[in-house]
Parts: sequence; C-alpha cells; structure tokens
Amino acid sequence: MFGNILIWFVVIPVIMMAGLGLCRNSSMNAIRSVMVVCSTVLLGLSIWLCCDFLSLRAAGVDDEMLFTGSWMWYAPLNIHLAVGVDGISVLMLMLSSVIVFAGTFASWKISPLPKNFFLWFALLSTGVFGFFISIDIFTMFMFYEVALIPMYLLIGVWGTGRKEYSAMKLTLMLMGGSAFLMLGLLGIYWHSAPEGGQLTWNILEISHNASIDPDWQKMLFCFTFVGFGVLGAMFPFHTWSPDGHACAPTAVSMLHAGVLMKLGGYGCFRIAIFLLPQAANELAWIFIILTGISIVYGAFSACVQTDLKYINAYSSVSHCGMVLFAILMLNTTAMTGAILQMLSHGLMTALFFALIGMIYGRTHTRDIRQMGGLMRIMPYLGVCYMIAGFASLGLPGLSGFVAEMTIFFGSFQDADTFHRIFVIAATCSIVITAVYILRVVGKLLLGPVQDKHHLELTDATWFERLATVTLIVCIAGIGCFPNWINETIQFSFKPIIAAIQGVI
Amino acid sequence: MDITLPILILAIPITMFLVLGIGGVKMSRKLAGILGICGLGTTAVLAYIVALTYYFSGDANFIIDGVRQQYQVFDVTWLAFTQRLVVNIGFLLDPISALMLIVITTISFMVHLYSWGYMEHEPGFQRYYAFLSLFTFSMLGLVVATNIFQMYIFWELVGVSSYLLIGFFYKLPSAVSASKKAFIVTRFADLGFLIGILILSYYTETFNFVAMTNNPAAVLQEFGGATFMGASLLTWAMVLIFTGGMGKSAMLPLHIWLPDAMEGPTPVSALIHAATMVVAGVYLVARMFPVYCVVDASLTFVCYVGAATAFYAAVVACAQIDIKRVLAFSTISQIAFMMVSLGCAYDLPIEGVHYSGLGYMAGMFHLFTHAMFKALLFLGAGALIHAVHSNNYTAMGGLRKYMPITHWTFLIGCLAIAGIWPFAGFFSKDEMLAAMFNRHWFWGAWMMMVAGLTAFYMFRLYFLVFWWEENPHYKEHKPHDAPWQMSVPLIILAAVSFCCGWIDFGQFVTWNGVPYHIHIEWVKVAIPSLIVAICGIALATKMYMKKNDLPTKVKDFWPTLWEAAHRRFYWDEIYMFITHKIIFGIICKSIAWFDRHVIDATMDAFATITQKASYAIRGMQSGSIQAYVLWYFFGAIILAAITWLCLI
Amino acid sequence: MDLSMLWYLVPSVIMLVCGIYGFITRKNLIAILISLELMLNSADLNFVVFNRYLFPGSMDGMVFTLFAIAIAAAETAIAIAIIINIYRSIGNTDITEINKLKY
Repeated sequence: MFGNILIWFVVIPVIMMAGLGLCRNSSMNAIRSVMVVCSTVLLGLSIWLCCDFLSLRAAGVDDEMLFTGSWMWYAPLNIHLAVGVDGISVLMLMLSSVIVFAGTFASWKISPLPKNFFLWFALLSTGVFGFFISIDIFTMFMFYEVALIPMYLLIGVWGTGRKEYSAMKLTLMLMGGSAFLMLGLLGIYWHSAPEGGQLTWNILEISHNASIDPDWQKMLFCFTFVGFGVLGAMFPFHTWSPDGHACAPTAVSMLHAGVLMKLGGYGCFRIAIFLLPQAANELAWIFIILTGISIVYGAFSACVQTDLKYINAYSSVSHCGMVLFAILMLNTTAMTGAILQMLSHGLMTALFFALIGMIYGRTHTRDIRQMGGLMRIMPYLGVCYMIAGFASLGLPGLSGFVAEMTIFFGSFQDADTFHRIFVIAATCSIVITAVYILRVVGKLLLGPVQDKHHLELTDATWFERLATVTLIVCIAGIGCFPNWINETIQFSFKPIIAAIQGVI
Repeated sequence: MDITLPILILAIPITMFLVLGIGGVKMSRKLAGILGICGLGTTAVLAYIVALTYYFSGDANFIIDGVRQQYQVFDVTWLAFTQRLVVNIGFLLDPISALMLIVITTISFMVHLYSWGYMEHEPGFQRYYAFLSLFTFSMLGLVVATNIFQMYIFWELVGVSSYLLIGFFYKLPSAVSASKKAFIVTRFADLGFLIGILILSYYTETFNFVAMTNNPAAVLQEFGGATFMGASLLTWAMVLIFTGGMGKSAMLPLHIWLPDAMEGPTPVSALIHAATMVVAGVYLVARMFPVYCVVDASLTFVCYVGAATAFYAAVVACAQIDIKRVLAFSTISQIAFMMVSLGCAYDLPIEGVHYSGLGYMAGMFHLFTHAMFKALLFLGAGALIHAVHSNNYTAMGGLRKYMPITHWTFLIGCLAIAGIWPFAGFFSKDEMLAAMFNRHWFWGAWMMMVAGLTAFYMFRLYFLVFWWEENPHYKEHKPHDAPWQMSVPLIILAAVSFCCGWIDFGQFVTWNGVPYHIHIEWVKVAIPSLIVAICGIALATKMYMKKNDLPTKVKDFWPTLWEAAHRRFYWDEIYMFITHKIIFGIICKSIAWFDRHVIDATMDAFATITQKASYAIRGMQSGSIQAYVLWYFFGAIILAAITWLCLI
Repeated sequence: MDLSMLWYLVPSVIMLVCGIYGFITRKNLIAILISLELMLNSADLNFVVFNRYLFPGSMDGMVFTLFAIAIAAAETAIAIAIIINIYRSIGNTDITEINKLKY
C-alpha cells in the first residue's frame, strides 16, 4: 500500500499533524520547522509525481489513470480506498502543494494558538490531497468532508470581523451542498452496475458500465452539479464566498479560494459530467445560464465593493463561474481552458489573498477608501499586487490570459446562437475585470498617501517574499509556456469527451 | 535568413526589461540609463540589418521577380487550442513589418537618448527605462506577428506598457486616472477585437496572416454566406477587429483616452502616443488589408470613421491651450488620415483603372513620415516643457530667441505636418489625397479641408509658442535650450523629417509587393493642397504672429462653439455620465444591492426560519417530567381509544 | 360473599389515576414520590388479583409482586436520599426550582 506514491500525499499531512502534535504550543520554531519540512516534501513529491507522470505518458502509457491502486475498506458496501491520477489530478496536486507551501510562509506569524492552527490547516490539506487522488466516489466524498470541516474552526477561531457568522454560513451552505451531493452519489452507486451486477463506487468502473438510465441521470446530474457547484461558487449559491473569504485568516483564504473552490469544478467534470454524460448534454443549458450569470454578476458586484477581500471574493465568483461555464461547453478546448483557469485562478487568488493579508497586517484596514499610495511605502508588495491584478485581468504572459483565451476559443466552437450569446457575454467580463482591478490598484497603490501613519510601515519580510515569489513564478510559468500543460490536460480529457460523444 | 537576429531583436528588450525591472532598484541611475540605451541601440542596429537585408538583399525568400514576398523567419507553437487552431509565436518579414521595425527602433532609440536628459531628475528613472524596454519589446512583437492571435497578445502587452508609462508619475491622481482611462477604453475596444478574432478564426480555422491574406476569396468562401442582423458575418468580424484598431488608434468615439494620456512623460507621448502604438490600428488594417478588400462594407466603415475623426480632431486641436493636447489631437487627426487612405485603397477597378494599391502605399508612407515628424514635434514640446515647466502655451511665447535649436527643429516639424514642399509630409499627404480623389472627389475634398486645418492649428501653436509676446516670467527664470541628449535626437529627427519624403517609397511598400512608382500629380492634387496649406499657415500668421486681439474677437464671435471645441465637444462628459452614473451608479450598485439584500438575504432567511422554528418548538422539550407524563398519558388514552374503536 | 375480580380492579384503577394525577400536578418531590408509589402499588395489586383469579395454579404473580415491592423500597430509599440532598443544597423540594441542570 505504501509503495504507491499517491498514498503519500495523504500520509505526509498526517505525519505533519503527528509532528505538530508533538510540538509545544509555545515553541514557534518547532512548529514552523515541521510545517516547512512537510510542505516542502509535499511540493517535491508533487513535482516528482509530475515528472514521473509525464515520462510515463511520453513512454506511451495511455491508460486513463496512472499509479492506480485499490484497497478494500468496507466490503458490505464495496467501498475501496481507490487511488489513481490523470494529468488533471497531477496538476491539481501540484497546485495544492504550491499553495500549501506558500500558505505556510504566509501564516508565519499566526497567533494565537499557532499549533492548533497548523493542525487544522494540515487536516484541511489532507482532505484536499485525498480528494484529488481518489477515484472512488465514496472516499472522494469523505475527503471532501474532511476538507470542509476544519474550515469552520479556522475561520471561527482565527478569523477577523464577523467571524462566527461567516464561519457558520460558509459551513452550513457547503454542508447543504454536500447533502445534495450525497444524494447524487448514492444514486450513482445504486445504479452503478447493470441489473444484478456488483455495485461499485469506482469512477472508472461506473463509466465503463454506463448503466444509469437517462431519467435517473437527469436527477442525479442536478444533485451532483449543484452539490459541487455550491463549492464552485455558482450563482445563486455563492454568497458564502464573500463573507467567508473576508473573515478567514490569510492562509485559509489562500487555500480555500486557491484549492478548495477547485474541488467544485473538479468534481463537476469528474463525477457529474463523466458519469452522467447524457444528462450533461441535455441539461447543460440550465447551468450555462447560471454560470454565465455568475461571470458577469460577480464582476459587476466586484466593481463597487470597498473591502479588498470582498472585491477578491466577488472576482472569484466571476472567475470560478468561468470554470464551470467552460466545463459545461462539453468540448476539449473549453474544458482544457477550465482546468487552466482553475490553476490560474488558484495561484492568482492565493497570491491576492496572501498580499491582502500582508497589507492588512500592516495597515489594519482593508477598506480601500482609507488607503492610498502604498506603492511608495511598500513597493515590493505593491508590485506583487499589480502582477496579481494583471494576471486577473488577463495580461498575456501571465496565467489568466492563457486560461481565458482557451475558454473563449473553446466555447466558441459551439455554433448555435444560445452558446454564442453566452460566450460573448462572458467575454465582456474581461473589460469589467479590468475596471475593478484598475480601480483597486489606482486607489490602493497609486495616488497620494491617504493616511500619514502608513508612511512608517515596512515592506515585505523574507518569508512573505518567499510566499509571493513562489506563486508569481508559477503564474508567469503557466502564462509563458502553456503548451505542455495544455497538452497534458487535453490528453486527460479524452475519456470524458468520449463519454459525452458516445451518447449524442 | 538566420533566426538569431530576429530572436535577438525580441530578446534584448525583454531581457532589458527584466534586468532593469528586477535589478533596477539596486542600480545607479547612470548604469540603468546606459544599459537601457545600449540595449535599445543594439536592438535598433539589428532591426536595421534585418530590415535592410529584407529590402535590398534580393534573397529569393524576400523577393521573387521583383515582387516582395512575405517570409516567416520562424513560427513556433505556443498554444494549441484545437488540432487546427494553433497559436504560434513567430517573426514575419514583409514590406510593412520591415518598415515598422525601422520606425519603432529609430523612434525608440531617439526617445531613450532624449529621456536621459529629460528624466534625469525624476525618481524612478530605472523603472522608466524598464517600462520603455517592455514597450519596445511588445511593439516589436506586435509588428512581426505571424498571426492575428500573436498580434492580440502583443496588442494587450503594448496596452499595459502604455498604462504603466502614462501612470509613470503615479503620485499624481490625474496621471493615475488617465492611465486607468487609457487602459479601460482600449480594453473595451480589444473586446471587439477579441470577438472579431473569435468569429474569424472559427470559420477560417487559422490565425495565420499569410494564409488569410494570400487567399481572401477562400476566407469569404469559408464563411459561406453566414449573416447576422443583415450584414454578413465576415463583415461583422472585420468591423469588430477594426474596433480594436479604433481603440488603439484613438478613432472616434474611442478617442477619449489619448488626450488624457498626455499625463505621461513627454518622451513617452512621443514614442507611444504619437509614433508607434497609436498607429497599431492602421497597421492592423494594413495587415488584414486583402481580407478587408473582399468585404467592401468594412472598408467603407473604416473610411467613414477615419473621415469623421480627422475632421473632429482637427477642429478640437484649434481650441486647445495645452501644447501636448494640440499635438495629441493632431496625432488623432493624422492617424485618421491614414485610415481614410486605407479605406480608399479599395481593390476594385474604378472606371477600368486598378487603383487598389495607391491608398495603401500612401497610408503606410504617411505612417512612416508622420512617425518621424510627430516624434520630433513631441520631443520639441518636451524641450519646451522642460524649459518653462508648464504645458500651456500661455506660459510660453517669444521663445525663438531663447531656444534656437528647439525653434528650428519645431518649425521643420510644423512645415512637414502642414505638407509644405519639400518636407516629408508633403509627399505622403499628396499620395494619400491622390488616392482619395481617385476613390471619390468627396473624400479628397474633405480631407484636403482637414489638411488645411492641420496647417492652421500647427502654425497657431508654433506662433503662440515661439512668437506672439515674450512671457514676463522669463526675467526670473530664463529658458534655455535642452542638454545634448535632448538636442541630438531633435536634430536627427528634424533632418529625417526634412528629407525622408524623397524616398521612393513605392519601391518598398505596396499592398501586394509589386513595386509602384510614385509620381506627383502636381495639377490635380499637389498644387491645390499646397495652396490650402499655405492659406492655413497665412491665416495662422495673421492671427497669432504678433500679439493682437484678433483671436479674442474670433473667440467672442461664437463663444459656444469655441467652448465646445475647447471642451472637446463634451465626449468626456458623456463617457463620464455613462460610466459613472449608469454603469457604476445604476448597474453595479444595484447588482451589489441585489446580492446582499436578495440572494444573501434569502440564504440568511433559510437559517433564520430554521432557527425561529426550533425556538418555537423548543418549549415542548421542557425537561419537566410531569409535562412528559401528561403528554404520554393523553397519548396512551388516544391510542387506546383508537385501538378500541378499531376492534369493535 | 364471593367477591368478583372487579371489586379489586376498580380500586386499583382509582389508585392508578390518583397516582397519575398526583404525579402530574404535585410540585413537591415527596408528593410526587408518593404518587409514584401509589401507581406502583396499583400495578402490584393487579398482579396479585390476576394471579389469584385467572391462574390459581401458579404463583408467578405473587412472586413478581413481592419482587416489585422490594425493588420499590430500594428505589424509594434512593429517591428519598436524592431528595434530601437536593433539599440540603437548594433549600426546598419544589421541582420548578430544580432547573440548574437544564439548558
């Protein structure tokens, strides 16, 4: 079992928790060392996995999933701990480990109760990694829940502002989503094999059996898509996002917007579309409308917010809407764009939230009306914020551009008027995004200094620089050399596209 | 051709950007300046080598039987959307890209040199050079694009460099808002460009320029007569792509950002907002020209937009006080001139004569000469501003004695733009007007009137700055000519503006590569246009050479018109109203309100209802055993009664 | 006189109802305990009566009653002990006052 590299993605966070458990609450250095060592190992592991994966693919191994393994967990219900990755999961694992790594440095000086904070943080990452390596929908769901619960405490205890309310709201809405999801998953399980066959939770087997009849598919598709859509901040189930993000501590915002919201998008295509292709074809239009609204609506809402984190949260609604929107276009290019957008948005929002945390830590306000001219005072953070902003508004050379363009060009492949209208509406978001990003940059970083006390503030420390540089390098890397990622993703979409085309 | 040089042309500026951008903080100003200038100097030399090789080597890749060819030096895959729709990054050499290589590197080098003097005392000197390098890189990438998507990529990058440079003095709120405005307006235009590319590439399944322009008929065929709202889809695509050009080239109604962009440092205005970036729209139309030719509606659209803009901008330029604004509107007007010229270069025989290439060649010719003399004028304006520390001509006047070099070079620039023989502008403007007259007499006459206005407002500016009346402030602070770093570029550009009209341009740049021999039609075009220009100059001389009250009288004759022209016919106010009042005030605010008070409130309501309901039934769980027993007792009785009733 | 079963059962029912009534309405713990004992005793009485009249051959009901009385005695002892403790700690035995462990 431990010979499988994927298991280590779950084992290392568990070791991390054990290590943290041994530390005393007061010895900050010990806690930090455990976190740094483990998150570096995770990062290294994910890079190694990626190289290994690419070399296997290059060697012509074209199985749907590589590094598969399956261990019986609960025989009466045929639940396995089944793992396996394709190109998309590998990229998602890399994204997660990068963000965990950056998040560790971004919460270098967390207080109070640093040990407990990192314990919950590690549990959260266990859930995230576990979700991406699973190919058994039950274990997937379990890890999903593992990732959700720590969020409540992380926001409720270490948050700012109306933290109890926000933590409760976030948890309840996401739990509501997972209630739908559970229904959908159970439905899939009970129809997972032809009459009399052995029921299974394994994604590959279910898609292979293709035994769910169309009427059931429709119902289950709605359940699963809405279930994951809540986490993907789909309109009108997005309202946890502004409050939740605004109150969460830096690293949690980073991990949540950066990775956890991606769980939604990932689940949508991995389960809702892959396993229920017929319903996806028939019902996609409903969700295209909703996600199309998300894109424009989120962008417009972001234009008038005054709290930095709210702006970013609404911008996430818009960008994540783009992810789901592209997935629903059901063609390779658009779906590839969706994955690129997940990566891009993950890195970029993580960077945004990290920077906002750093700025907030200095100025003790997130209200853009009370700040101004910070570029002069903290040039490093200012430049990073601008880079994040440019990535968000789709500047070529940074990841956002590649993702958005792939989405637009992919979505435009559907030649009917309905799709066209929504694609063009979605493209309008690039202008609105520019408006709210430049508005923030103009008010926050440029212009005269608003508050004389801010003149005494300092620029970034080494650990803050490390966190931001890691993310910026990834953003620019994707933006400048997108094609290898693009090819990896496109290859991974083959079975899903085949499933969709098989039912038309 | 070896690919090393083309790669270096792109690689040096971007390397300079990274070096100066990341390491600039630790560098001395001098080192940063030298690095920037040397880097760009090298790039310029390489670009010249490449361009001249292209024009003169006679290599079979570049010219076959006297016809200039399009040659892709390299073209590598950057991103593959689908099997066929692949974005490449490449380097295309053809007459216009070679021309642009020369224009961009020349002006950029002049500006780099000039800035060394002009920006000497500004904080953020290193950052300034970094941004200039970034801009040069993006602009070079734009012109050598092998495909429309590469062009779009660099199109966005020049937009950002322009944003960064306009907002260079980021502590000034006006600079910040000007940069924001420039970016957002051009972004809005780019949206049209993007949608245009989406439509075009969907049907043609390629981004490549060579593939599209070599066989425009096939493009038309691939669209297969698809229509949308009465017009063919290809027309829509081409018009939308032109929208992108309208944004970058500041055509009506997307021109509003350019005058404000003058908040940036003056050398930047010379480089970006006069000579290079703003002609990107013209370049785009020229690049896609064969495709525009097969859909005449879109080319006619270009023509109308250009004509309206040219006139509008010329009128507004007559009523500005800020010298940079005058130059900005003049730029808008001149670019519109090129647009009309392209729009008139319509590829259909008119009365049996094939006039197709003339307007194209003339437009490109004017692009070239205009870049030179407009950069000269802007740099001259920079020298003036440097000397008197104000942008307004009210702070100037009578400067010819104090700043002789600036005066003479500025005069050459004015003569060139007014189109006086033998200065550069005369030749290019003559060819453009000839092309317009060939198309229809209306376009020729209309644009000749604009040319007259151009002569008038340029000399109005010239006289108000250098003649009129000496400003009393000179006694306290005597203005003087600029240092050599600034004077040298002025002199070089003046020399170029003086003589570059004599180049037999038709030998180098034509729409199909076949050389075209320029001959000046003295009687039909040249002499009338000269007369118009001289009339304009004479009027300006009468009004502004010596201080008199004629201008005031003219102003008072129709004050509302003057006020309207001075306020640029209220376009900014209209935009302000739409963006702030309607988009921000109504749309955004109401959506934000809706989100908080409807969507979020609904979600909260679920929670509240659940909570209220549980409070309401909480009393039943009182914990009092007596109450439970009572409930139990009645329950038992009821059950018993039911059982009994059922039994009997 | 040969008494029928009814002569025993009716008082038993009356006792039970009195017990229930007392249990529900009394506020004093001692009174509640007494009501409880009443209910218990009415049940015991029924056991004995049914045993005597319906199954005269066996002794199950009798034995069970004795067992219940013994248990009830133990239970009462514990209840009284608790009541005394409550009385000591809060000064009375009114059940409306005893809500410290609630909520």
